[in-house]
Amino acid sequence: MSQSAKQPNRLAAGGCVDRNHTLNFTFNGQAYTGHPGDTLASALLANGVDLVNRSFKYSRPRGIVAAGSEEPNAVVQLGASEAAQVPNVRATQQALYEGLVAHSTNGWPDVQKDLMGWIGKLGAPFMPPGFYYKTFMAPASMWMTYEKYIRKTAGLGRSPTETDPDIYDHMSQHCDVLVIGAGPAGLAAALASARAGARVILADEQEAMGGSLLDSRECLDDRPAGQWIADALAELERLENVTLLPRTTANGYHDHNFVTLHERRTEHLADSAPSIEGRRQPRSRLHRVRAGQVVLATGAHERPLVYANNDVPGNLLAGAVSTYIRRYGVIPGRRLVLTTSNDHAYRAALDWLDAGHDVVAIADARETPDGELVEQARARGIRIIPGSAVIEASGSKRVTGARIARIDREAFKVIGPVETLDCDTIASSGGYSPVIHLASHTGARPSWNETILGFVPNTVKGVAAAGGARGIYPLADVLADGADAGAKAAASQGFEAVFETTALPRVPAIREGEACALYQVPHEKTTLRAPKQFVDLQNDVTAAAIELATREGFESIEHVKRYTAMGFGTDQGKLGNINGMAIAARCLGRSIPEVGTTVFRPNYTPVTFGAVVGRHCRELFDPERYTAMHQWHVEQGAEFEDVGQWKRPWYYPRHVNGRLESMHEAVVRECRAVRERVGILDASTLGKIDIQGPDAREFLGRVYTNKWAKLAPGRVRYGLMCKDDGMVMDDGTTSCLGENHFLMTTTSGGAAAVLEWLEMWHQTEWPELDVYFTSVTDHWATMTVTGPEARKPLAEITDIDLDRESFKFMDWREGNVADVPARVFRISFTGELAFEINVQANYAMHVWKTLFEHGDKYGLTPYGTETMHVLRAEKGFIIAGQDTDGSVTPEDLGMYWAIGYDKPFPWIGKRALSRSDTRRTDRKQLVGLRPADPAVVLQEGAQIVFDPQQAIPMTMVGHVTSSYYSPTLESGFALAVVKGGHQRLGETVYLPMADGTIHEAEIVGTQFVDPEGERQNV
Amino acid sequence: MQRYSGFGLVKHALRHHEDWQRQWRNPEPKAQYDAVIIGGGGHGLATAYYLAKEHGITNVAVLEKGWLGGGNTARNTTIVRSNYLWDEAAALYEHSLKLWEGLSQDINYNVMFSQRGVLNLGHTLQDMRDIQRRVNANRLNGVDSEVLDAKGVQEIVPIIDGSKRARYPIMGASWQPRAGVARHDAVAWGFARAADAYGVDLLQNTEVTGFKILDGQVVGVHTNRGDIETRTVGCVTAGNSGVLAGMAGFKLPLESHPLQALVSEPMKPILDTVVMSNAVHGYISQSDKGDLVIGAGIDGYNGYGQRGSYATVEHTLQAIVEMFPIFSRVRMNRQWGGIVDTCPDACPILSKTPVKGLFFNCGWGTGGFKATPGSGHVFAATLAKGEPHPLAAPFSIDRFHSGALIDEHGAAGVAH
Repeated sequence: MSQSAKQPNRLAAGGCVDRNHTLNFTFNGQAYTGHPGDTLASALLANGVDLVNRSFKYSRPRGIVAAGSEEPNAVVQLGASEAAQVPNVRATQQALYEGLVAHSTNGWPDVQKDLMGWIGKLGAPFMPPGFYYKTFMAPASMWMTYEKYIRKTAGLGRSPTETDPDIYDHMSQHCDVLVIGAGPAGLAAALASARAGARVILADEQEAMGGSLLDSRECLDDRPAGQWIADALAELERLENVTLLPRTTANGYHDHNFVTLHERRTEHLADSAPSIEGRRQPRSRLHRVRAGQVVLATGAHERPLVYANNDVPGNLLAGAVSTYIRRYGVIPGRRLVLTTSNDHAYRAALDWLDAGHDVVAIADARETPDGELVEQARARGIRIIPGSAVIEASGSKRVTGARIARIDREAFKVIGPVETLDCDTIASSGGYSPVIHLASHTGARPSWNETILGFVPNTVKGVAAAGGARGIYPLADVLADGADAGAKAAASQGFEAVFETTALPRVPAIREGEACALYQVPHEKTTLRAPKQFVDLQNDVTAAAIELATREGFESIEHVKRYTAMGFGTDQGKLGNINGMAIAARCLGRSIPEVGTTVFRPNYTPVTFGAVVGRHCRELFDPERYTAMHQWHVEQGAEFEDVGQWKRPWYYPRHVNGRLESMHEAVVRECRAVRERVGILDASTLGKIDIQGPDAREFLGRVYTNKWAKLAPGRVRYGLMCKDDGMVMDDGTTSCLGENHFLMTTTSGGAAAVLEWLEMWHQTEWPELDVYFTSVTDHWATMTVTGPEARKPLAEITDIDLDRESFKFMDWREGNVADVPARVFRISFTGELAFEINVQANYAMHVWKTLFEHGDKYGLTPYGTETMHVLRAEKGFIIAGQDTDGSVTPEDLGMYWAIGYDKPFPWIGKRALSRSDTRRTDRKQLVGLRPADPAVVLQEGAQIVFDPQQAIPMTMVGHVTSSYYSPTLESGFALAVVKGGHQRLGETVYLPMADGTIHEAEIVGTQFVDPEGERQNV
Repeated sequence: MQRYSGFGLVKHALRHHEDWQRQWRNPEPKAQYDAVIIGGGGHGLATAYYLAKEHGITNVAVLEKGWLGGGNTARNTTIVRSNYLWDEAAALYEHSLKLWEGLSQDINYNVMFSQRGVLNLGHTLQDMRDIQRRVNANRLNGVDSEVLDAKGVQEIVPIIDGSKRARYPIMGASWQPRAGVARHDAVAWGFARAADAYGVDLLQNTEVTGFKILDGQVVGVHTNRGDIETRTVGCVTAGNSGVLAGMAGFKLPLESHPLQALVSEPMKPILDTVVMSNAVHGYISQSDKGDLVIGAGIDGYNGYGQRGSYATVEHTLQAIVEMFPIFSRVRMNRQWGGIVDTCPDACPILSKTPVKGLFFNCGWGTGGFKATPGSGHVFAATLAKGEPHPLAAPFSIDRFHSGALIDEHGAAGVAH
């Protein structure tokens, strides 16, 4: 088969595709070929594929309209394997590669014989904008059923159902000048900035840099545009201060010149990133750029005209026609009708003629078109019909004709007879809209420019638009504007840059006639009765829909947008929004600037979630923190609990009689070991903050509820910390290391928050205090040796005198443990004799193992957080965040001993504790609960009532905060908060459970084991 | 008011939709109203509707500085639920949920309230304790709610990663079947149309520039379209509440923060319920149009710009992909921000103020949308009677003096 038979619309010559190489791909299961340099769209057009999709609401046949990021129709599902599926890829932006597999996103059973199309055809009259707000209301019970079917028809592509095989990179960068867009303005700007020595990043969304020059008919310095692009890029590449980023879209412009650039590293190669030289490549890379100055050289998008059936395949943008012919060597049809409001679009007709095909006519809305391009067209014998426009396209799956008539733009009506021309392609141009999206992200509202009939960006500090992006269209002016913007940008960053016109290429000026304002083309029938005139092709929003919305009182353009869904698609209204605003303006009798624009938001074009996420998922989603003894715990078969970012041993199940212990069995064994002999806990995760300075003691007195004035070096004290609302936020012990030096401990999960809290108060409220905070959590490993025999193994390996009289409870000592410098604290969270050994983290494993070498004979048993919880709860020791929840005061906890009401300085939370609600005596207070049935372990989180007979809603008086089985008590027990609980000891409460059972429990004190506190002092 | 129905739609279709009436008028301001609502968002419009419907007060103006429903009503992620921890909050949100359940029929506007259920995931032991506590409280308060284990979660959302490979594996969830999502714009428009039908004047592009206060009693408001006399003003201006309170001469315990949300491109249905995770920190549902609608926490700083920082978007999507690894190749279409007014206890203010006749309804923070009908309903009663509705009473400004806070972030807790 010959090349032309394979690709019937491929021109024999021209374009930047490599005809020597062929790429195979499939679309909707059909095999096709294309060439390197093609996009999927150009390859589909080359193969004569007209119908690429069905529309969202009406299931109308749709073809390719544009050649870039503004394409609304050619949205395809990409991917050969399930895991590599990508939904909603724009065929106009997807480079062709060998083996590409793509499908239409809509159409059932297929895009050609779509049955939904019939529903769309028959149902369309009943589906005006917002029809769903007006119906599906009866009967009310049916809504979920209606909705099920509505949902089925929604959406474009589909999500993959398997996990992404690819990885994604982030890169944070700074530059002096970020130039966005590498068309003529961008290249000129980058050259001007770079020549001045500025660090420049030049990013362009297309496969090749050059922008509009890639399909230009014009010459620069008497050479084809392509050669000038090559020279400019070669120069930029040589400069070390320049980073060129092709295939890179600036998708979001955030505050303070922070711009996110999405670089597609491998999407032009395969659907899943290939390995190169054995190294896995990231599929894409997100550059997080902080730029000194930004030059927006983003060009302009052509606006289509809005006429009846303007969505039938074969209706294209005039500029897209030129692009396909000149850049890809593809002729999208045989017989062209052009309908335009301006000179520039004449290029499409000239290019079409150059390609050797028929231009049937040009309908020009202006009465006397007279520019240079017009004259060229006239000279080449093209029929030009002035004062006219295509009012309607014929055909269903492909254009078969164009209905042309004279129109009165002012009166908005057809004023002449309609002539039907036989054609298969209609190219339209209603002028150009500067790409203001990025400028709009910054919050700057654009202004309407009546000369260019488009919105031009207003810019915030640090950014300038250049060339087409601010409505400057003639090539020579664009180049000059770009170079000027580039030079100024560099100068603003302190580089000596001079703008010299002599450095610019010579471009002959083309005399252009004035464009006229035309958006929606009038039809013989009224807008509401005419065939559909599409404004937003992707969302099936018609001119009639906009008119109807305004009739119904939706007058703000934001209302129109939301009521009709205009601009909500994946193209974000790049093609349709200005036309929609113009139609709204006409219907409301206002001007376009009075109607205004909607706000464009990031992303400029959609960005893969994975690219935004980068490597920050799975184990890097949040760092996993391990203690210095982690490996030992793993080897012992410990089960782990997530506590903040830490992995903490939860319990250590052992094999007993060939069977692994359950958690219950392990915890019972571990508890007994501590209560009867000796256990050891890895407590390294406790937050530790080193506090130094002459005012350290004063500071502690202000952030803790209790007194710190007299704590002597060598002593330790428990402290309670409240928020300013008087509610307990954290607790822990703080040791006096020296007169001006303290070590604070916090809960494991609260360490960072407490440090921030201290810093906030110091920096914002008490900057006069001379005190410094350093997190030392990771520097010190902590191991708690506890139990009646705790002294024995430790004594064997330390030079510290452990005698109960010389080393008292709440003392700390410095010395050696296992020949390593250590701090040992005699504090207890189990109620047993306990030593907390702190050593430098990198010595910890050695100390830990040495303890076991000496401890084995005493039955030294490792225990985890679950056992720690049981033991502390038996003693009534709280866990901040479990027994407190931000609504519990120190008094509610019964910790009157830890409240220094008479301290001289009003500590944080003191004032709040004097408020009427915090003074109430019937607040929820911490108590113990003993279930009536000792076999019952109450559910943590169970709600408590006084009257179990009450109907729902029941009066809840508290809840269970901690609940365990106690091997010591041989029964379940719990801590709870109960309304007025401190006055209710001995009373019975009830806990109604989800399964209907009602548990009964007695309110008791919080200390279940050794209430006298003798065991810690053996 | 033109009544909407399927039959009506067919009738209009035959007439080429040429006879649809305006959904609300665009009136000139009158010199005097019996009540003025400042803020034409969902809550303000609902307040006006219920004032007219339940209390017969129809000489009412809603003053909106921009377009109706253009603030947080248009910017939220549309989640509706009532599984709050504390009795006072649960009662208010459940009252709202019950109104949601008949709202489309009540206002003859399909707000597409879709009860597809909400999951609040637990990833740690403390999460699960908090979930048990909240679900037990919900159950005894008569709010539908149950605890699911990891398997139960996976059954409802097969595409979620329930494996141990996750950084914080899912341990379970609370599940409220009656919860769901609604079409946010339709709520504003539906209330607007229904209020307008009672004669309420909806005044767009009308900005309040000051209050007229005489002997501690509000007697009118100044606007960019002239002065309006009234002795009852309900201020429902979300992120701008602090500014309005400043005009009236007092302060509110509010911070205005940016809150961001984002959507994916529309896709075929893949996620039927709402999934929320506090610990991994993101929430997600899929709209009827097919977009994944995604949100997370507020930006930490204060501000009135309806934009947030990119880092928040990154963290949000990290959380979503962590929970749903299959969404890694799905593409983010658009992001936006609103201004939320947050209270120290994460509960709203529905209250009298130091100025007689001036009432505030604000402080809804990140969760106001779900309360729209309930908030309007109880606030209308408060305006009509001059005294707080019983459900609104606990949400008085006084609680910040007395300390009777309703701490709805309390149950989050910290781990030890």
